[in-house]
Amino acid sequence: MFVEVRWHGRGGQGVVTASELLAGAALAEGKYLQAFPEFGPERMGAPIRAFTRISDGPIEIHSHVYTPDIVVVLDPTLLENPAITEGLSDEGKLIANFSGTPDEVRKITKFMGRIYTVDATRIAMETIGRPIANTCCVGALVKVTSLVGLEQVENQIRQMLEFKIGKKGADANVEALRRAYDEVRS
Amino acid sequence: MSEKKKMRATIPEEEYMFPGTVDCQGCGAAYAMRLALKALGPKTMVVIPACCWSIIAGPFPTSALKMPIYHTAFETAAAVASGVKAGLSIREKEATVLAWAGDGGTFDIGVQSLSAAAERNEDFIYVCYDNEAYMNTGIQRSSATPWGAWTTTTPRKHPKDRPKKNMMEIMAAHRIPYAASATVGHPEDFVRKLKKAREIRGTRFFHVLATCPTGWRSPPELMLEVPRLAVETCVFPLYEIDNGVYSISKKPKEKLPVTEYLKVQGRFRHLTDQQIQYIQEHVDETWELLLKKEKLGRLF
Amino acid sequence: MSTVKVITGNHAASFGARDSRAEVIAAYPITPQTQIVELLSEFCADGTLKAKFIKVESEHSAMAACIGASAAGVRAYTATSAHGLALMHEMLHWAANGRHPVVMANVNRAMGPPWSIWTDQNDSLAQRDTGWLQFYCESNQEVYDTTMIAFKACEQVLLPGMLVLDAFILSHTYEPVEMPDQELIDEFLPPFDPPYKMDLDDARAFGALTTPEWYMELRYLIQEAHEKALVTVREVEKEFGETFGRYYGTLELYRCDDAEEVILIAGSTASTAKDAVDIMRKGGRKIGLARIKLFRPFPNEEIRDIASRVNKMIVIDRNVSFGNQGIFFNEIKASLYSAKNRPPVYGFVAGLGGRDMKIDDITGIVEQADTCDIEEILWWGVKL
Repeated sequence: MFVEVRWHGRGGQGVVTASELLAGAALAEGKYLQAFPEFGPERMGAPIRAFTRISDGPIEIHSHVYTPDIVVVLDPTLLENPAITEGLSDEGKLIANFSGTPDEVRKITKFMGRIYTVDATRIAMETIGRPIANTCCVGALVKVTSLVGLEQVENQIRQMLEFKIGKKGADANVEALRRAYDEVRS
Repeated sequence: MSEKKKMRATIPEEEYMFPGTVDCQGCGAAYAMRLALKALGPKTMVVIPACCWSIIAGPFPTSALKMPIYHTAFETAAAVASGVKAGLSIREKEATVLAWAGDGGTFDIGVQSLSAAAERNEDFIYVCYDNEAYMNTGIQRSSATPWGAWTTTTPRKHPKDRPKKNMMEIMAAHRIPYAASATVGHPEDFVRKLKKAREIRGTRFFHVLATCPTGWRSPPELMLEVPRLAVETCVFPLYEIDNGVYSISKKPKEKLPVTEYLKVQGRFRHLTDQQIQYIQEHVDETWELLLKKEKLGRLF
Repeated sequence: MSTVKVITGNHAASFGARDSRAEVIAAYPITPQTQIVELLSEFCADGTLKAKFIKVESEHSAMAACIGASAAGVRAYTATSAHGLALMHEMLHWAANGRHPVVMANVNRAMGPPWSIWTDQNDSLAQRDTGWLQFYCESNQEVYDTTMIAFKACEQVLLPGMLVLDAFILSHTYEPVEMPDQELIDEFLPPFDPPYKMDLDDARAFGALTTPEWYMELRYLIQEAHEKALVTVREVEKEFGETFGRYYGTLELYRCDDAEEVILIAGSTASTAKDAVDIMRKGGRKIGLARIKLFRPFPNEEIRDIASRVNKMIVIDRNVSFGNQGIFFNEIKASLYSAKNRPPVYGFVAGLGGRDMKIDDITGIVEQADTCDIEEILWWGVKL
């Protein structure tokens, strides 16, 4: 297995944290990984990307990701941007934070591969209380790809977030993760 | 000096500087160090950036001082002293760190690192021995050179046309615990202030007027006399800023005209009466301002 | 038990400094290095690291303060990048000539103008002649490990050491990094105890004016120390490997045993190039890779040794010495002049200012070397 994931979002939406979460969970499962943000200055609100590589064997490559296997879009306002599907073959998967159906996303993106949607912003508002869609999108990704186990991601959230935002905040994020995992649509 | 009073030895007899240093005749900078080490005592480490003292301290493998010396680059006295102090504190070693720089290394090229260290309130004593120009390189103007003075880069036809930077005020603006002016012509005052400063923690700054017969074109035998005239004319007032309180160390009974100070130095010999009048006015204004500050009590 | 964390290259440097028990840190922020000192200031604030952090106003003062601390006898650390490193230049000489084993992480970033925050090697290579040891790292693990390797080696030879990591490609990329038990690290890297330091009981003058009668001897001693450093680094790397199980070497060879041609490269591009070597090997080329880990002192003997076994050398420089050629290219050719076997050496300048170096770029360069003239300066992928 050698999988490349590209994350799209805006500065401040936790895009890098999402890629880091996935990477941490992969490590816990004994996989090899690499995660990195767009190389450059990050500005609040501006479109940014992040990348995760997961592999069964050591990862040597240190160049950009050009042909991702999976694209995750954290911000629905970015779906119209052609950069979303750049390098993504029809064999790939597109996971979008979107309140509508995958068919609606197909109309917007013209992407012909498999599309999944999850209403991550709503779930985040109902669980975390803020429109931070990153953990929800990880939940959807885990369901759709089985790259890592859901439990591992839960552990990662607790490890990473309990220190930063406290147990309550971490619990809310775990709940968001689980709900997104259950509610993702194909 | 007063013939009425009996001299009391207020200056420690111990010597921490060896004789035979390679300074010019009548060098105020050399004497200033000798006094400073007497005041601060043996538990002192000295940091010296590029300045006359890079030479005076003696060439490898000799040393003019009984204390450790770190010679460093021109603009780094305060930064290196910060590092030395940090290192000593990690090693739990007690010592007074003395940064010892000229006016070029303080007013000009070193002002950035000094300002930063003062803002951090680094625990060292910083002495600027001010001979009012780049004397080590052969008398070029610095921002410490007074208005009207000749240097090799401010020739007599175009002497310096900007006033001396007020370094004491710049340092006071950092709200450091202690700043004092001193001269080599007032050893007891200098020693008293250093002893006081030694007991204070944080950044302590000294602005010391140090006679340079070579650059000032003054007779070497007037090494003590010239800075005394600077004080008596109020060209260079002696004062302290102790935790925001200004106090003038010496108020002349009868303020002498600036000509008394200017005329003993060849660097001012080209000045016209009108120019001297301008200097007098500036000196008077600055002195009045200082008197006012003293009356205001704690200023920060 | 060792722990594994998924961290950026920058944080690998911070953890490396923490676990090396740096005692004084003086630093100034600059992209893309800032996270190194941010995390170190947290370590200092929460007591994880018993060190003094001097928050200076410039890189020049950062190095000056490190030098002061080192002179006072403690282990000093800083980190910088590009313009910060250039500003330090004077004090880089001071640190080396003063024989202060300060260790610094430099995040390789291109020099302006125009402004660039992306990687190339011109910032660190421009400091070639300052007397610093230079270690070019390929992964975050190596950044972490090399911090303690550098401290240990540098303190033995009394020279400062710079470990270099690529902007973003390592500095901002998360990779798993294994951190051994502190006890084991302490055993590997004992406290710093220099033979001469600022000491009231042993008063000395450091850096005093030295006449032509002695200056040259002091410089000769630095050259001698660099020659010794080559041996010392290898010994320290060996000991590190025996203790922690990870070996790097001064010139790392990859699939060179039966190689007929070899790529010479430094930094994180080396790992991408290893993938390219694997691909070309599958295609039937007997190609290997030699990664320059240590640039100063330069592993001349190892370069000559690999040269004696191949028919062709291809040097990829993420840097250039304007008016001449790639800097590694020149250094390697200089090494080979006295070698018996001198294969043709092809030099490519590539990936400046963070232009991505893909597997295709490496294979493309190797293919171009098949047909090009060795005297040419080859700029790869320039759109002009």
